[in-house]
Amino acid sequence: MKKHSSIRVAGVVTAAALAAATLVSCSSTSGDEGSDVLNVTLANHVWTDIVKEALPEFEEETGIKVTLTQLGEDQLSDQYNVKLNAGTDEIDVMMYRPLQEGKLFAQNGYLAEISDSVGENAEWDWDDFQAGPVGATTFEGEVVGVPIITEREVLYYRKDLLEAAGLEVPTTLEELEEAAETIAAANPGIAGFVARTGVSAAVTQFSSFLHSSGGDFFDEDGNATLDTKEARKAYELYGRLIREHGPENVSTDMSWPEAMAIFTQGNAAFYTEADSLYKNAADPANSTVSETVGFAQFPAGDEGSRAYNVPSWALGINAASSNYDNAWKFIEWATSKEKTLEIQQAGVPGPRTSVWEDPAGVETYPADLAEAILASAETGVGYDRPLVISVAEAREIVGAPIVTSITGGDLDAAIAAAQAKFQEFLDEENE
Amino acid sequence: MSVLARPRGPFDAFSRWANHNRKWVLAAPAMVFVALLIIFPVGWTLYLSLTDASGSVRAESEFIGLENYFDVLTDTERFWPAVLRTAAFTGGALLFEMGLGMCIALLLWRPFRGEKWVRVAILLPLVATPVAVGMMWRLIFEPNIGFANQMLSWFGIPAQPWLSGQTTALPTLIFIDIWQWTPMVVLILLAGLTSLSDEPDEAARVDGATAWQRFWYVTFPLIMPTFITAILLRGIDALKTFDILYATKGKGGGSFHEVETLNVYAYGLSFDYNDYGVSSTVLIIFFLMIIGCIWLLTIRKKRSNS
Repeated sequence: MKKHSSIRVAGVVTAAALAAATLVSCSSTSGDEGSDVLNVTLANHVWTDIVKEALPEFEEETGIKVTLTQLGEDQLSDQYNVKLNAGTDEIDVMMYRPLQEGKLFAQNGYLAEISDSVGENAEWDWDDFQAGPVGATTFEGEVVGVPIITEREVLYYRKDLLEAAGLEVPTTLEELEEAAETIAAANPGIAGFVARTGVSAAVTQFSSFLHSSGGDFFDEDGNATLDTKEARKAYELYGRLIREHGPENVSTDMSWPEAMAIFTQGNAAFYTEADSLYKNAADPANSTVSETVGFAQFPAGDEGSRAYNVPSWALGINAASSNYDNAWKFIEWATSKEKTLEIQQAGVPGPRTSVWEDPAGVETYPADLAEAILASAETGVGYDRPLVISVAEAREIVGAPIVTSITGGDLDAAIAAAQAKFQEFLDEENE
Repeated sequence: MSVLARPRGPFDAFSRWANHNRKWVLAAPAMVFVALLIIFPVGWTLYLSLTDASGSVRAESEFIGLENYFDVLTDTERFWPAVLRTAAFTGGALLFEMGLGMCIALLLWRPFRGEKWVRVAILLPLVATPVAVGMMWRLIFEPNIGFANQMLSWFGIPAQPWLSGQTTALPTLIFIDIWQWTPMVVLILLAGLTSLSDEPDEAARVDGATAWQRFWYVTFPLIMPTFITAILLRGIDALKTFDILYATKGKGGGSFHEVETLNVYAYGLSFDYNDYGVSSTVLIIFFLMIIGCIWLLTIRKKRSNS
């Protein structure tokens, strides 16, 4: 009995200590009004690496101390969900994906309006930013973000394989399929074509096939258009390219790292992917095909070459931040003409027209890639996924037929199911 | 004998009151702790499950009663398959882990040479982080360059889709779970075995019982409480497995939701779809299911204890 009660006392004391600790940690949130410490949250990206290195320069110039949090894409997204939901002021500047989360964040009031700030500084020049990316960071007429990285889908290919087969670089999707078939037949163990296969991951790359075939996710009236003959053609083609000319044991979980690995290990002839990832293929440190990799504009379908041209990342200011002025100073610095040029030269395509027009802005790029980028910037489509509030859910719905097509399942049934589901989804969102 | 009258004051009054109610006073911190860390979150989740909260938890949401529960419980596309997968994963893993764990524990029971080394080797998977384990097996089961398929090719067996196949992914993940968690079962059962006294076993031996008879009629009933504890601990853990599923198959449990258990589903609902109302509903139902399972098992344990 005595022993028992002493155990109980110990338990109670421990519980009390824990409860006290919880209370203390709850009350220790700090509120720094316009402090000179700026909390910046960025994603793991080449862009971030370059900015991180240049941070001392900014700190010296302004006297602001930057605390940097760097996270992987998924973790970043989860962090925002939790922290912004709780109304945190611990994030000042945030790197976010305008097409993926932009609408949701803006609608929830997470992003501060910066329309006034962008217009203030003529030297910084807001008009210099490309229209497509700017459109994606504007919500109901108010600017909520500054685009920092743009991307377009291009065709990656192996020059040596093409040469050996005596083929020209394909300019249409039909030529692409023929070339993939020819090369795969002549080179056992090498796939003719590779691309992303995961249900959500594939949607963005599939979108260029969809648009080039004349299809779209939904029309102006908010009606799903996944079952049109154009969309069906795109689903069928994307799936067939991978099913019949893709890697032998292809999985249905591939995002870009897996697909890129197959290409850079020399196991595929063609690969359609975002241009912003070109360094992975062109850098000898990562790629066994760096010597022979070539780049071309996305092949044309019935509607021509209509690859996406989108801002993949932007910088925004947390609406709950009490450090707006310093946050804006940071954004202005990180997106200045000079910085954009510097970053673009390091291999990250930027959103500034003047930098693209400047020969220095493209001189570090492989000539064929620069050409492909400039060509697709002209005909590009401003989105690569359905522009809705719950993008993740929409991607899973419109992506389902892609995976069915890749595995050779009943495509018509999959399209019919996706169409019905997507219509329901759109109706619910437009309510 | 005279007693000195102590001065009376507010402290004295408090002290008398505290003395009188000491069982509440002493338990109060623990109750505050429980309220803060358990009842509040569960209560909040319960509240959310009765609303149509989505987009942001702070956004205005409407009280919609049991609508979410109706929707979720009639959802045969994502919810019920997820329940079945959760049950299959937990049941499959538990069955093999208990069986295999029992066998290994029996082998390690009696002292032998190199016993320490064997124990350390067996415990290794247990100390690895589940996410790292997921990454490792993902590489091993990679369909083109993975070690598993290479090994099969030495024996002339064609490559298998393992984690990427629609029907093979869940069994493969059960296998990974067995690999990682059987050692824990071994550890628990071994502790139970070594605490047994030798007499009953020796008596049975003298009576001429075979090894199997001694195990089945003497040893096993004796360690039954330990066995059920192990099932309880491992079962709860397996039910709420999330890390290896997420690390190997990612969001939604793969392109066809082939390994989407209730946990993965609820995670996707809140972090991908921002559907907090529905997500909370799934979690509350899941919570009730777990409570139910624990209740059943503890009844069984009490019976075997008495």
